[in-house]
Amino acid sequence: MSYVAYLEEHGARLLGGAIVTIELTILSSIVAVLIAVAMGLMKLSTNAFVRGTATVYIEIFRGTSLLVQLFWIFYVLPLFGVTLEKFTAGFLAVGMNLGAYGAEVVRGAIQSVPRGQYEAALALNMSPMKRMRRIILPQALLIMLPPWGNLFIELLKGTALVALISVTDLMFEARQINGSTFLSAETFGTALVLYYVMARFGVTPLMRWLEGYAARRMGRA
Amino acid sequence: MDWRWDFTVEILPRLLLATLNTLMAAGVGYGIALVVGLVFALGQRTPSAVLNRGVREVVEFIRSTPLVLQIFFVFYVGPQFGIRLSPWTSGMIAIGLHYAAYLSEVYRGALEAIPKGQWEATRALNLSTWRTYTGVILPQTLPIALPGMGNYLVGIFKDTPMLSVIGVAELMHTANAIGSESYRFLEPYTLVGIIFLALSLPTAAGLRRLESWLRVRLGLTR
Repeated sequence: MSYVAYLEEHGARLLGGAIVTIELTILSSIVAVLIAVAMGLMKLSTNAFVRGTATVYIEIFRGTSLLVQLFWIFYVLPLFGVTLEKFTAGFLAVGMNLGAYGAEVVRGAIQSVPRGQYEAALALNMSPMKRMRRIILPQALLIMLPPWGNLFIELLKGTALVALISVTDLMFEARQINGSTFLSAETFGTALVLYYVMARFGVTPLMRWLEGYAARRMGRA
Repeated sequence: MDWRWDFTVEILPRLLLATLNTLMAAGVGYGIALVVGLVFALGQRTPSAVLNRGVREVVEFIRSTPLVLQIFFVFYVGPQFGIRLSPWTSGMIAIGLHYAAYLSEVYRGALEAIPKGQWEATRALNLSTWRTYTGVILPQTLPIALPGMGNYLVGIFKDTPMLSVIGVAELMHTANAIGSESYRFLEPYTLVGIIFLALSLPTAAGLRRLESWLRVRLGLTR
């Protein structure tokens, strides 16, 4: 069977899976960013309890495997009465995991905004909220965008694991096709290339554009 | 939900035994990654621009595709061409290569961080390539590379559960087996999480201390 014939027969199914992967990536990115900002700010709180909560969250999610977390959320949470649909469980697990890594990025970026910026905002009598929103966060955003680019690629790769709880993403479709045709090189090879294309020609240019856009808005480009 | 302690005690030895497999997988995989990573890093610093470019693309490809898929690829593609690899062998190849790509970036970054003056000084002192690397360059790259290398040691350990998909009998695989035998998932999956935490947190803390100790030893900070 030629590769062209293979693609004619199974290409559509792999593309369908890739679309589910893109959906998962977008949804878990949103979850990850929200958690990262919340936890990153909590980590900088003056209140020891708030800081401790963020530390526990970050250490638990960074100290164990995404696969363990995914299985725990999907198989164990229902025992506590929280039953999530597999798609939801999938993107939540990936988002919560990457959110913990992102929290450290957010914290680091906020801390690397020069001290004088805080002092100037204080001298201008800005409220803490306004200071954060108008002065600190925009500058921190510029610092944290490059590491976020790496995190989003990790996130895209992480979504492949949700195939193990039967979400019909690219990885899942590849396994199904492999199981029925035994054309492993074609199937897994094509899936690998599709992931690569999504990362290299999707996530990376998007982040580059975002970095440029943010720099222009800040008047630094 | 009822946590059953008798069941916990019953399955704990089995999980701890599987933890040894997990540690072995992480150790062997990391060993491969350390060596192949160096090949990948130096392969981008050769006089041949074509070779440098090729190695660069390979590293990028490995880094931006999912490890699980790579594990499947290595495991299933061999038999199609008559090469049969055991789950362990294919798992080690996949995870070793994946982390080699990451480690090569750490090495590359560390080598690039060495000031040009250091290279010029070794040239001026007429040091051999061997003396340049062992006496001047490598001692300085080590503290730069160490944090990244440490992160990926913990990283590879946390990625070993993915080997369960092709049947390597590590921690996650054992927990899955216990779950499907007993229809109890709470204890095995929770214990796996606790075992991972109990191993990765002290390791990360230990690596941080090693790093600061090394910096002092090499006279980079006091």
